[in-house]
Amino acid sequence: MSYPPELKTLIRLVEKTRPQRVERAKRGEAFPALTLAEREARLKQFHPDYRLDAKRPLAVGPNRGDSLPVELVDLLESHSRLDLDAVRLDRVDIDTDVLIIGAGGAGTAAALEAAQAGASVTIATKLRHGDANTVMAEGGIQGATAETDSPCYHYVDAMGGGHFSNQPDLVETLVKDAPVAIEWLERLGVLFDKYLDGRLRVQHGGGTSRKRLHSCGDMTGAEIMRVLRDEARNQPGIRVLEFTPALELLLDECGRCAGAILLNLETKELYVARAKAVILSTGGLGRLHIQGFPCTNHYGATADGLVMAYRAGIKTCFLDSTQFHPTGAVFPEQNAGLLITEKVRGLGAQLLNRDGEEFLFSLEPRDVASACIIRECSEQDKGIATPAGRAGVWLDSPMIDQLHGEGTVKRELGAKYLQFQRFGIDIGREPMLVYPTLHYQNGGLEIGVNGETSIAGLFAAGEVSGGVHGKNRLMGNSLLDVVVFGRRAGLAASTYAHEAGTPKALSLDHVRSFERELAETGISDGNVGPMLLPNYAPEHIRARRVAMQVP
Amino acid sequence: MAFQDRVSIQFMGKTYRVSKESTLMEALLETGWESARELGCLGECCGACAVLYRLPDETHVRTGLACRIPVQDGISFSLVGRYPCPKPTYDLATIDDPKQALFDLFPEVTGCRKCGSCVQACPQGIDVMRGIWCAVFGDFQSVADLFVSCVQCGLCVCVCGAGLRPFLVAVYASRAHGTLMAKQSSDLGTRIHQIESGAYKDRWNVLLRQIKSSPPPAE
Repeated sequence: MSYPPELKTLIRLVEKTRPQRVERAKRGEAFPALTLAEREARLKQFHPDYRLDAKRPLAVGPNRGDSLPVELVDLLESHSRLDLDAVRLDRVDIDTDVLIIGAGGAGTAAALEAAQAGASVTIATKLRHGDANTVMAEGGIQGATAETDSPCYHYVDAMGGGHFSNQPDLVETLVKDAPVAIEWLERLGVLFDKYLDGRLRVQHGGGTSRKRLHSCGDMTGAEIMRVLRDEARNQPGIRVLEFTPALELLLDECGRCAGAILLNLETKELYVARAKAVILSTGGLGRLHIQGFPCTNHYGATADGLVMAYRAGIKTCFLDSTQFHPTGAVFPEQNAGLLITEKVRGLGAQLLNRDGEEFLFSLEPRDVASACIIRECSEQDKGIATPAGRAGVWLDSPMIDQLHGEGTVKRELGAKYLQFQRFGIDIGREPMLVYPTLHYQNGGLEIGVNGETSIAGLFAAGEVSGGVHGKNRLMGNSLLDVVVFGRRAGLAASTYAHEAGTPKALSLDHVRSFERELAETGISDGNVGPMLLPNYAPEHIRARRVAMQVP
Repeated sequence: MAFQDRVSIQFMGKTYRVSKESTLMEALLETGWESARELGCLGECCGACAVLYRLPDETHVRTGLACRIPVQDGISFSLVGRYPCPKPTYDLATIDDPKQALFDLFPEVTGCRKCGSCVQACPQGIDVMRGIWCAVFGDFQSVADLFVSCVQCGLCVCVCGAGLRPFLVAVYASRAHGTLMAKQSSDLGTRIHQIESGAYKDRWNVLLRQIKSSPPPAE
């Protein structure tokens, strides 16, 4: 397929400026970085987080008045999927010590710890065990294991990355537990890249002052998930219910969390699951496509845990900030949203506008680079239009071979090379078209250092929780987050379950009172939540779906 | 978008017209097809969308991932879903002889007839057959290296005439290697001990004070 003629013509402009740009780069000259004040101005004017018309204040719930992305507010203000008068809670279908909702990295790590501590564990998950963003994490997992590093440096870096908004005790826990987490994974059989003598190999990631990123090739998350899932399946005390998402949390007579209503996606049966403790590890919101951005997330990232917990009264934090990765592919259309790793820019590829000219320092932080690209494609009108109507800028990957020698692109960026070669584009010879893509939910449910929430018996870990990364997460800290806080939540939930005992009465009264609050504020747009699955059917197909009742 | 080229695809026997610029999975979503099955990361990492497909001029069935294969006119395909493949359970901590345990857990592993179907079927281009023989001969390190990009789609199981479960063999061999055979990292214990014995306590307190009392340092 390759690039159509009109784009080929524009590529010639890139080729024309390339020799001088390579020369300058070889001399160590770079496009001037923005000053702090300029960065601030760019972010305010162009970063999607700052677009006021894309946000709306919440009218109900514990965060009433907070201005959040409208797509999320629609969901947080949605009605329950349950017919509250018809649901029967007197027949318990599943009885377990610890119920874990969501089976990605955090949920599975939690399950292993809870089972180890002697609890019976049930994992309920919407898709398959392990279908989660964890499996897609390419870069690595941070941890101050190197001799030249220390947890203190890790702490400062994580806080700096989050613009010092992070919750300090969570960050302290994250960095102090990191080496233990790495050791735990290693003992389970995760094969990190190592030197011959067994020392762990570490690399730099964006915003790290010391080399601290541990990887397993460019499949770190996949390797971690393969191992955790395999170990969970070895445990007789862990039961996994796939294709069985939760619809609502259940509370007991004292307002403690006591289980959840689960849905069998295939038979549409509801199950009443009673648990002494519940862990939410449902992941993030990428598939809400905030402001219409494409996303890098897996199919199930629809913020289900946020919706259920919010109805139960759990406060959220930092949900006004979403992480956009500056370089998502926009061409060919089949690759739209595909993550182009930061490594490409790390290797020297520059971002260029339609005239083949640089418009930013290539290694600006993620949020600033995103803002600059959006500015170039809007106010500056120097973007490149794709045949499908998307806008983007060039990421000049052919520079890499010219800077580091023929074959570097193929060797260092093997997976990306193949993903484009399939469509007749050799990224060692032709540049890629990129635009910011939705990547990560920075905030989430408020938690303490053991994943505990303001409701007794309810814990949360991983992307669904907030505070660890403040307003902006650094590369490699999310894999660490799921392992550290997943394990902590698992252990704490099992201890709590042991002390709390079996809940007596099960109740959905919190959902009733949330519905009352919705009614009082006059919200009646018919949204229901949690979303469970994104709806990608085009408008003309939806229009043909006439109303029908399922018996 | 409205006037872009469209192609004809056959999905499980039904014909749809979809935009030319899509993968099989994107084409399915465009038709309004809804399912929770066979949909995972949509980014070639998870193996949920294993697919059997046939191109119009070919007589053989190909295998792949639906999130990756571009549509073309006349392509017909079915999603595989989860191929039946029971996983043996084990406790690595109690295994004394990991090489022998392989044969106890996967007795069929020596039955490989070297037909190479698994190598052809693997969407990740893994030399599955070589990996199996490495496992049989106890070279677990090579198994781990060969299978590093395995997405566990199960297509190798689906095509194996001898009933092998290659991707599960790989997980076992790779974990056994990491846990029981590979050199554990030497430096980790020291760092963990430092943290647990409070070696960073003073530094920590200074740090927290600095961060609290001064505005964020300039980058």
